Amino acid sequence: MNKNLILYASILVFGLAAPFVFPAFKVQLSILCVLIILAVTWNIQGGEMGYNSFGNILFYGLGMYLCASVQVGMFFPLSEWTESGGEKTFVHTPSQFFQGMAAGLAVAAIVPTIVAGLIGYSILGLRGHYFAICTLGLGVAAGEISGGIEIIGAGQGFTTPPFPNVGGLEARGEFFYFCSFFALVLSFITIRGIYSTRFKLILNAIRDNEDKAEAMGIETMKYKIIGWMVSAFFCGLAGGIMGGLVGYIDSTDVAFDGREMGVFMVLMAILGGKGTLWGPIIGATVFHIFKEGFWTFFLGWQYVALGVLIVVIVIYFPEGIMGWLREKYPERFGEIVDEADRKAQVELK
Amino acid sequence: MDFMVFQYPMITIQACLDGILLGVLFALIAYGMALQWGVMNIINIAQGDLVILGGYIAYFMYLYGIHPAWGVIVSPFIMYFVGVGIYKLVINKVVDRDLFISILATFGISILFMQLMNFAFGADVVLANSGYGTTFLFDNNVVLPNSKIFSAVVSIIFAICLVIYMKKSKLGRAIRATAQNARAAKILGVDTEKVYAATFGINAALCGVAGALISITFTIHPYMGLPYTIRSFMIVIVAGLGNLPGVAMSGMGLGVFEEFADYLLGTEFRIGSVFLLLVLILVYRRFKLSRKREYLK
Repeated sequence: MNKNLILYASILVFGLAAPFVFPAFKVQLSILCVLIILAVTWNIQGGEMGYNSFGNILFYGLGMYLCASVQVGMFFPLSEWTESGGEKTFVHTPSQFFQGMAAGLAVAAIVPTIVAGLIGYSILGLRGHYFAICTLGLGVAAGEISGGIEIIGAGQGFTTPPFPNVGGLEARGEFFYFCSFFALVLSFITIRGIYSTRFKLILNAIRDNEDKAEAMGIETMKYKIIGWMVSAFFCGLAGGIMGGLVGYIDSTDVAFDGREMGVFMVLMAILGGKGTLWGPIIGATVFHIFKEGFWTFFLGWQYVALGVLIVVIVIYFPEGIMGWLREKYPERFGEIVDEADRKAQVELK
Repeated sequence: MDFMVFQYPMITIQACLDGILLGVLFALIAYGMALQWGVMNIINIAQGDLVILGGYIAYFMYLYGIHPAWGVIVSPFIMYFVGVGIYKLVINKVVDRDLFISILATFGISILFMQLMNFAFGADVVLANSGYGTTFLFDNNVVLPNSKIFSAVVSIIFAICLVIYMKKSKLGRAIRATAQNARAAKILGVDTEKVYAATFGINAALCGVAGALISITFTIHPYMGLPYTIRSFMIVIVAGLGNLPGVAMSGMGLGVFEEFADYLLGTEFRIGSVFLLLVLILVYRRFKLSRKREYLK
């Protein structure tokens, strides 16, 4: 317990100090926070519940569009804003910007949660690969349809309000960094809380054998929907922050980007180790560092690398980093190891 | 979106004919998907990208002055080896694993193919001009490009050939035996590894034929693969595995649906409506089965 406290405190201190210690990496660190949120919340269904979703991108994109639309629509006519493109016909005052952002983030978190609750009953009745393909379809359909809606910019894109001119040059990066960092802390605390209750055991029971869980008297559907709603809440929040950070929303390339974000979140959770608390966090960090390195040095080949990476991770590394560590140091994970058994296994190899 | 369907019957006829001719192509792709799904229990997300790759082969023949219709012969040969190569490199390692692993692995292949095609062929929308002219029906009110009719006829011929091949040949029998019970087939001396490779190759070859036809009749683009995968998946789940007339019928139904969505909602919602239809079909099946306390397997 004491050890854990020290660990969490040091991470918190590092997180709070990071934008001042590494000012050049503020945007990268904010993106890292968003990626960790996405990976950790994907892990709720994918890892703990056994429902491999490609569709969490739906909530992410929804949150992104909602946050930006609320931020604009609270003060200016939305259709004129999107028509004018990025030409700054309307300018947010600082107080308008921050009020709009706060309201936008609240809407961006709550509406996807409601949407998840509404569609959850229909979608979560599907199992296995049908669920995976259905959610993939949902994500792509959302992208295609939002690309045809005029009021949110259609194919032309949606420019989010520019950051007001307060607090100097560094203020924008710091603002978005702290937004995403606090969202990360919030999601970590929530998910850690969830994982220490009976709820996690129920999710694991659903993953291991849903029919038996149902036979034991667990209302599996209720828990599946709640699990999905928790994911949707944080995905929406992360999307809202990311929209402001990127500054420009395109339907298929930024918001409902199933080809990038939608796969990234699955990949990060698998890379770190599905079904563990720390796995997705480690996976997201490793993935982000690898990705940025690759994006910088092999520009143009990044998707080729991404495709190869997915295939390699899935085939040779399906248990992820945490799974590998667990196999190597089982004592650390609270498993009791028989020495003689272990020696026999080593000899067998 | 007004009542064009009733006011202008010619548009309805046009959409139906277009949809049926398009749907035959979809059914051909879906047949390949049903084949590998039934035999190897793999859902191949890269199916659509194989189609597009086949299309580029025909397009390149067109660029070098060969009539693109020959692509229908050449592209399946090349695609067969591409398919076997993919099988040997990736699929044989995921064949007996969880289905999600295979979905994710083929998703990776799909991204890889998309980007490689983007590098190799450029991000332009291209079309191989067959120069077949057009047919006018009903006082020039309905316009049918001959290439569409050609593509439908060719895909029907290929489908019939394949069905006969699967029924009569030794490999076809081995494939069907493996689909029924892989273990028993192995005991009786079928080399299942080879059968799997051949199945994946045949699937890729079918995609190659379909792709060559698509490059003649419609357009191809490196990123247009995923909709073809989703369409074939949808056709297979509506028809069921191993139900050939069902595959043909639901393929044509999907084609007609798409043409009407295109006319009524607008072209920008065409792909979106396909994906939405998939979701609706799955949800409908789920509710129908849940009354019997079952679920889609």
